[in-house]
Amino acid sequence: MTTGTVRQRTPGAPADLLRAMARPGFPVSRWSLRAITYTATTMVIGIAAMAVAFPLYGPWLVVVIALFDAPPGPGDRAFLLVSGTLSGLATVAFFGPLVGIPLGAVERRRLRLVSPGLADSGHRVPPPGLWGWIKTRYTEAATWREVAYLFLLMVIAFSLFTVMGMLLIFAVVLLAGPVLVGDAPGSEVSLGFVTATTVEEALPLTLLSPVALLAAVYLSGVTSYGHGVLARALLVGPPKEELRAELTEVTHSRARLVDAFEYERRRIERDLHDGAQQRLVALNMDLGMARLDVEEGSEADRRLAAAQRKADELITELRELVRGIHPRVLTDRGLPAALAELADHSPVPVTVQAELPRRLPSHVEGTAYFVVAEALTNVYKHTEANAATVHASLVPAAHGDALVVEVTDYGPGGADPARGSGLTGMRDRVAVMGGTMDLTSPQGGPTRIRVELPCTIDRTDPR
Amino acid sequence: MHDRPDGSEVTPVPTVLAEDGVLLREGLVGVLERFGFPVVAAVGDGDALLRAVDEHRPGLVVTDIRMPPDFTDEGLRAAVELRRRHSDLAVVALSQYVELSYASDLLDSGAGRGVGYLLKQRVGDVREFATVLRRVVEGATFVDPEVVRQLLRRRSDPLERLTPREREVLALMAEGHSNGAIARRLVVSDAAVGKHVGNILAKLDLPPDEDVHRRVQAVLAYLRGN
Repeated sequence: MTTGTVRQRTPGAPADLLRAMARPGFPVSRWSLRAITYTATTMVIGIAAMAVAFPLYGPWLVVVIALFDAPPGPGDRAFLLVSGTLSGLATVAFFGPLVGIPLGAVERRRLRLVSPGLADSGHRVPPPGLWGWIKTRYTEAATWREVAYLFLLMVIAFSLFTVMGMLLIFAVVLLAGPVLVGDAPGSEVSLGFVTATTVEEALPLTLLSPVALLAAVYLSGVTSYGHGVLARALLVGPPKEELRAELTEVTHSRARLVDAFEYERRRIERDLHDGAQQRLVALNMDLGMARLDVEEGSEADRRLAAAQRKADELITELRELVRGIHPRVLTDRGLPAALAELADHSPVPVTVQAELPRRLPSHVEGTAYFVVAEALTNVYKHTEANAATVHASLVPAAHGDALVVEVTDYGPGGADPARGSGLTGMRDRVAVMGGTMDLTSPQGGPTRIRVELPCTIDRTDPR
Repeated sequence: MHDRPDGSEVTPVPTVLAEDGVLLREGLVGVLERFGFPVVAAVGDGDALLRAVDEHRPGLVVTDIRMPPDFTDEGLRAAVELRRRHSDLAVVALSQYVELSYASDLLDSGAGRGVGYLLKQRVGDVREFATVLRRVVEGATFVDPEVVRQLLRRRSDPLERLTPREREVLALMAEGHSNGAIARRLVVSDAAVGKHVGNILAKLDLPPDEDVHRRVQAVLAYLRGN
């Protein structure tokens, strides 16, 4: 919430310019003062913008002149049209944002005069660095809407200048009519519909002067309102709260998806564990019992023994499969124990350092385990490392805590993060959790994968 | 290991069985009864196991590690609790998978005597299974060879100092074999085994001792991560 944008109003005061104009007291109200201020500043800024932005629309003037004010020779006209259009497009594309963006910032502040309410820009937050800024600003719609507004402002300011100037001159001439006529006999004040040549004739016309001023005030109100609506449409992005709410919803649904995914893995693991595995064990046992009843070394015994061996292999295979789907120890005993088991299964000697003060959300544990498992598989498959370390700790982060997991191998290094679907898969899985992954792998090693996972996702719908 | 007497020749040991899978439970009851372990109660969860032991005072408990209601390590927790209450009760835990942390929890209880940690699939070899149960009832400690194998694969700390032969000896020690049995298995002299055991105890920083259970302590010390 931006503070200071919403000012307290006196009770009963109109909420916006349009309603204020509908009331009889408008010309002496605060709203008229605002509208006049807005109109006056619009003219000043508009003229300033015309001066500053001349390079932007200069080439287009050439085009307009070429179109309507025929230059000598048809070839010249075509040349002017093409060169004017091209240079016009180029200058707008390159320099438009440089004028449009600061103008937008100024105009959003000024907008509060006539159009109350939040006036946040629609700009995104660019990544650090000049290049990040350029890339973001030149590719977002908000920037080009500001450029469009720049051109519109020049037209509005020019029109205002003409009309307001005429009305003001009108009012001044009417007011000064008697003086003007009386000062120099023989002169006349002509207003088109009526001409005054004497003081007596001019005197009643002075009464029309306040009418002209009043018209100027109302005109200022109407144009300010219209201008305000336009400016809001072009310069103001969706409220930050709305975006934030959307983002929160996206985050939540993403977290729910991850949860559902983890839940499914656990369900499959449980089904295999309690179903197929148990049956196989029971079968193996039945075969064992059957062997007691046949003569040892007989054909039947040989066949039973062979069947038992096959069942045994199947059980072992299934056990490894189940462990790969979702390690039981992770659910039962948490991440440090699961990482220790993982290290035990690794052909490369792994040292694990994991001291966590508490159990973490299951999806965080699952992701961290996946990352370490994948990283250790990479170490085994792609490096000649003869040692690796796994380090996991909980650190304070921007929102609550974050789990930091580091897998380091003392291999030759030079791992390329662009290659290998394993690394991409890891990065994706970490990103889904709102986490980050860094890989450093200098030639000569060591290679280090560092993953940071936020642990406290604010969930409005705890399941 | 088939030199052990068959179930028919030994004193029956009343047994309480805890296993939630009906199919497996029925099968296990059959095996146990056949080898002289009359099942006095067959239950399906940790609480029922505690109650059944209180009621029947069995000589042996065979329990699954993972049981209702949470399907985590109820059986193991019940087993550790039982060992706390009755330090002389023999307990054999069956696990679907190798997990060192589970194994060490159980072996830590009751000075590591009369306990077994077995992979479920071992029960397929019914004779061997019965032999292990008998030995555990007699006070031995049995750790599944798969667990020991995994321990040995940890090429870290003290174990790295052991020679391959010493590791072999340690593995057999973990399975509760005596020096004589180890010597027969490895086809070496008893004296050679004695020397290996001495070296192992020294390398694992355990003072040598004639007591057989001192040897089990060597394995346990390692399991506990000392």
